[in-house]
Amino acid sequence: MSAHSHVDGKLPHEPEKATLEGRNKVLGFWLFLGAETVLFGTLFSAFLALRHQVGDGNPSSQELFELSTTAWATFILLTSSLTSVFAIQAMHTNKVKSMIIWLVVTVLLGLGFLALEVVEFATYVDEGHKFSTSAFSSSFYTLVGFHGAHVLFGVLWISILIAQIFKKGLTVVTAPKIYVAGIYWHFIDVVWVFIFTVVYLMGKVG
Amino acid sequence: MAHAHKVKRYSGLMDWLTTVDHKKIGILYLIAGGFFFLVGGLEALLIRIQLWKPLNDFVAAHTYNELLTMHGTTMIFLAAMPIIFALMNAIVPLQIGARDVAFPFVNAIGFWTFFAGGVLLNVSWFAGGAPDAGWTSYAPLATNTFSGGHGVDYYVIGLQIAGIGTLVGGINFLATIINMRAPGMSFMRMPMFTWTAFITSALILFAFPALTVGLVAMMFDRLFGGNFFEPTNGGNAVLWEHIFWIFGHPEVYILILPAFGVISEVISTFSRKRLFGYSSMVFATVLIGFLGFMVWAHHMFTTGLGPVANALFSIATMLIAVPTGIKIFNWLFTMWGGSIKFTTANLFAIGFVPTFVMGGVTGVMLAAAPADFQYHDSYFVVAHFHYVIVGGLILGLFSGLYYWWPKMFGRVLHEGLGKLCFWTFFIGFHLTFFVQHFLGLMGMPRRVWTYLDGQGFNNLNMISTVGAFLMGVGTIVFLLNVVITSFKPRNATNDPWEDGRTLEWSIPSPAPEYNFAQTPLVRGYDAFWKEKMEGKKEMLPAEPLGSIHMPSPSILPLIMAVGLFISGLGFMYGKGDYGDGFKAFLFNNHIVAIIGLAITLACMFLRSVIDDHGFHIEPDEITGDKGVKA
Repeated sequence: MSAHSHVDGKLPHEPEKATLEGRNKVLGFWLFLGAETVLFGTLFSAFLALRHQVGDGNPSSQELFELSTTAWATFILLTSSLTSVFAIQAMHTNKVKSMIIWLVVTVLLGLGFLALEVVEFATYVDEGHKFSTSAFSSSFYTLVGFHGAHVLFGVLWISILIAQIFKKGLTVVTAPKIYVAGIYWHFIDVVWVFIFTVVYLMGKVG
Repeated sequence: MAHAHKVKRYSGLMDWLTTVDHKKIGILYLIAGGFFFLVGGLEALLIRIQLWKPLNDFVAAHTYNELLTMHGTTMIFLAAMPIIFALMNAIVPLQIGARDVAFPFVNAIGFWTFFAGGVLLNVSWFAGGAPDAGWTSYAPLATNTFSGGHGVDYYVIGLQIAGIGTLVGGINFLATIINMRAPGMSFMRMPMFTWTAFITSALILFAFPALTVGLVAMMFDRLFGGNFFEPTNGGNAVLWEHIFWIFGHPEVYILILPAFGVISEVISTFSRKRLFGYSSMVFATVLIGFLGFMVWAHHMFTTGLGPVANALFSIATMLIAVPTGIKIFNWLFTMWGGSIKFTTANLFAIGFVPTFVMGGVTGVMLAAAPADFQYHDSYFVVAHFHYVIVGGLILGLFSGLYYWWPKMFGRVLHEGLGKLCFWTFFIGFHLTFFVQHFLGLMGMPRRVWTYLDGQGFNNLNMISTVGAFLMGVGTIVFLLNVVITSFKPRNATNDPWEDGRTLEWSIPSPAPEYNFAQTPLVRGYDAFWKEKMEGKKEMLPAEPLGSIHMPSPSILPLIMAVGLFISGLGFMYGKGDYGDGFKAFLFNNHIVAIIGLAITLACMFLRSVIDDHGFHIEPDEITGDKGVKA
């Protein structure tokens, strides 16, 4: 209900689910991720339908993709998922400082991923793979770009949450926010696993 | 309370702009949806005037295209959906014994984004031409090649913004129904309307994101040189059809399921019998929702997907007739042996049953793929979907509005005018659309602005136009009823129909801000009826009287919607040629669009940073309320 329901000053074991508001938030966020799944599912379908429509003289996926870059990006993003788990575990044991450190690491890894993606896109554009080049390029940038925008949003969101923790501390109000941001971060990680497989690996071999 | 927070409680206009109360948001949905219903109805009348005689030139061909596009789009997205949300907001929390929805703030966002999207779509009329590629906006017709100008941009961006509102609304109701039910209100004790609201919300959750992607792709094609649907650069026009209909078919079940819920409540109440086959009703609702996702390609039989795909989608479509048939028979058996009261609400509900059966039968006819090659794009299809949407959904909505009007506004609508409304609307409806079956079978194509003399279309079209005006009369009678009733004293009792079965009838009309002074204890299906049958006047409380926590009002949802509105306009006009002045700088660099998005994101930031402590309503205030009512 409000921040002052923990009268004795101690947080319950799962502070994110201690209030009805918290439980609503967690449930509502899972539902939202259901919608996000359909969103990315549709983007994947569009990409799969159009990925061979490269057009004449434009670079194909085999020529474009550098697996080493995207493998690094994958490694960074998967690691950030692990660090976000550490943050949630620290939250559950009420170690606020450790939680903040792990959240900061998560944000930094997210930024690293974004930097790699920006460099990657810039290289493609240089090689003549622009958004309006072909149906393949439009669907590629839309799918991967949507994911990148999600990472960017997550980075900003978690940064704001870190600032809030500094100001308000870990309470039954802030805990659900951290928790759903954690779920969100895992979700965009899972989406990336599919992008790496369907876009990059299949693009390299198929 | 020791820590009561100071919260500004607004009154007057500011109260409505900042409200997070689900009952007020319901009324806002009703007013906005009602307004768009009138706009869409006016467009329908203009279409019918154009078609009342052969080779008419009442409107130009391109205006006709705009009218039919905006009529369909407005009615589906801006009239039907919001009025459904109006009833869901007004009634679902009351039926499950909840004080509020799970996310009151998000609920307000849902309303305001829908409203901003709807206004944006209709701004197109005054900004050089409305969308004119049909409500389905098929590629390549809707791409830049064949639809220059900004019409389709308004469609793409207006629907995108309105769609955000619908999606968050759906999430809100799912979370509300899962988490906020009163003690004892198990899933299998939930009223049918709440069940259908639940399944509809689930369909919204899984269908709308597909539309989001389709609209994004179409927007990128039109504004940023994308090639999703541009065949010259490898794009695929059929892809749009798939994406649109994988959203679009669940959408029609999103529309009709709540009507099924309303009909179940109304028929059961006014037959004064428990709903026949409640658990099979629940099962049928879930099954319809599930099958609704399996049938999208029956809109595309003539696209050329091949006999295997057509056969599968044909069979899947016919399967839906089974759970729907279960429902029809359950309603009939509910009435069977009941002591039926023919109130206006019940007239609409009873009128619904045979009308919807007719729409269902033509639906099964259309599901037969080989026959569909004959019906496709003819007035037969127009007749079919108006039978299920107007004859189904709109009759259901009228029924629900007459039924729950006292719970929403504290006044019972006038029954005499109500019956006049029913008969004019009902007869007008059948006059308009029954003849269109035959026009279609005779070969009259849909979406064509006129027809030649001597094809045998003249009389039937004339009848259809007369019917449309009769429906208009019915709607005006309804509006008259609303106005007249609003001048009457607010004297509806808790249970004005005297046969109310569900929890909403156990509390005052209209419901107080906190809904239930004490959360009720639910002891069975038809919770309130059960207590009444045991001689009690009210529900057993599940908690002592205490202070009630309420969320604070907020202006942020409105500002967020305004931000999206500005951003939408900015994107749309980003590619225009404005010379090299300040305006060109603002639009061509997407600065307006970015400012709009920044406004919305800033509101999200503020919402995240500023804690909403809400306020408390104390027991003295609650018992004071009670004292007045008693």
